[in-house]
Amino acid sequence: MEFFGLYNYWVFAVLLMIGLYTVMSKANLIKKLIGMSIFQSAVFLLYITMDKVEGGTAPILKPGVDGQIYSNPLPQVLILTAIVVGVATLALGLAIVVRISESYGTIEEDEVREIDRE
Amino acid sequence: MVVLFGLFLLTLLVITALGIVNADNLFAAVMLMGIFSLQMAAIFFVLDAADVALTEAAVGAGVATMLLLGALALTKDKEKRRRRRRWPAIVIVTVTTLMMIYATFDMPRLGDPQAPVHQHVAPWYLSETPKVIDIPNVVTAILASFRGYDTLGEVFVIFTAGVGVMFILANGSGNGRRTMVPSADSTGLRHHLVPRVVGRLLVPFIVLFGLYVQFHGEYGPGGGFQAGALISAGLILYALVEGEKEALRAIPLSVLVGMIAFGAFLFGAVGVVGMLFGGNFLDYSVLLSNPVAGQHLGIMLVELGVGITVTGVLLTIFHTIAARRKDH
Amino acid sequence: MQIALDIASWTLLIAGGAFVFTGGLGALRMPDFYTRMHAASLTDSLGTILVLFGIALQAGVSLAALKLITITLFLLLTSPTAAYALANAARLSGVNPEHVVATNEQR
Repeated sequence: MEFFGLYNYWVFAVLLMIGLYTVMSKANLIKKLIGMSIFQSAVFLLYITMDKVEGGTAPILKPGVDGQIYSNPLPQVLILTAIVVGVATLALGLAIVVRISESYGTIEEDEVREIDRE
Repeated sequence: MVVLFGLFLLTLLVITALGIVNADNLFAAVMLMGIFSLQMAAIFFVLDAADVALTEAAVGAGVATMLLLGALALTKDKEKRRRRRRWPAIVIVTVTTLMMIYATFDMPRLGDPQAPVHQHVAPWYLSETPKVIDIPNVVTAILASFRGYDTLGEVFVIFTAGVGVMFILANGSGNGRRTMVPSADSTGLRHHLVPRVVGRLLVPFIVLFGLYVQFHGEYGPGGGFQAGALISAGLILYALVEGEKEALRAIPLSVLVGMIAFGAFLFGAVGVVGMLFGGNFLDYSVLLSNPVAGQHLGIMLVELGVGITVTGVLLTIFHTIAARRKDH
Repeated sequence: MQIALDIASWTLLIAGGAFVFTGGLGALRMPDFYTRMHAASLTDSLGTILVLFGIALQAGVSLAALKLITITLFLLLTSPTAAYALANAARLSGVNPEHVVATNEQR
């Protein structure tokens, strides 16, 4: 049972590191942005994992039912904000990548650095 | 049974992420990213987070995929294959993963009711919402009323992103000409009958569903962000099917820019009106004579502001990317 | 009555799952783009309709069943359109079918 209870956290750790590896070592700028997106999604997974209560249900109050256990609504609020902010950041990042591609003609990071050095 | 399903989804998630890292063709990577977001939405739903699942599906699988595809259309869509792997990066990443897995043995088991995160503030929210605000969806109550200040900040972040994209990309084709007018041959999918007919059939229903999600956000999963993403997805479908010019004739850019500003302004105005009536900033209880009815009015106006801004920003970003001509 | 509903539900769900699995198998094993699209899109449409009907039977006569029927109608409309759009886009970009079968001798 220990394994099942902790599997979410292990998947979070693996996804976080996959995202970080993509940002660190891939040279293509759009690949880096996708890696950043994976990184953010892993953090969302961690928070939403923490909000589940055994035997609970979604935190929408049903008026007639008494003694119903509800899952924790607080991490959900934080992650709602975070998802939308993540997409806003992605949009800005992609706009900058489009401009870089038009100015330098390429979106590989080392080629951009080469052109800059000249 | 549900545990096995959750385990299966999580494993699939890791496999998809590995596929994204290794994909050479960026188009394939973007499609896999859409699948990744959809799986995340399913996992969120299994973990009882209905609102978050709806938002992740609408925003992550819908809007983010559209943005990435738009950016790919304006740049190259193949990545150069590197022969050598970056060994220091792999070593660092593996060591950090093992350290984090070692650290997770201290975390509370999934679903433990005695975990510290369920102890202090959450029961207060769950018990106070029926008394003070009296709407069934606790997440909307916290988002719009108890923690309304965070949501105001978020609306400003979305506003800034929209304005930022317009600054960076909105002068047509990069050599200073100020045009946001689409070219004359932007007829969209006019000549393809099947998508055009089905698209025209579906757009009203998508917009109607978006409005339903907006105003039903207090009684079920929903709210401003999801509604904004859905309505803008419907209107983007209309723009794809009929062509840029028709879409810009239906909702001109000036209206979109006005919508971006108006939504944020509405949110701020509700807060300031609360102050003018004698309460704190963003205190909705003083808006009407009955505090609970005042909360309802405040939440509805605030969610409306959020929905309007999100729709405006997403549509503006789409039109900005679509009007950008690729000339090299 | 409940047993009959349960059996019907289970049959529909298992049939739907079998169709989706076949579609996935076809998408992997077929030789060409168009045959893969054919396998994936046809079986997906039928599979999702069966699964959704199986779940709707469990919900009884209620708002949830009505919502499920509406989702089924929506999927019936959009799934074949997406398949058509994909195949059309492939044809326009020059992806040709692998074996062109009809020749004058076989007419």
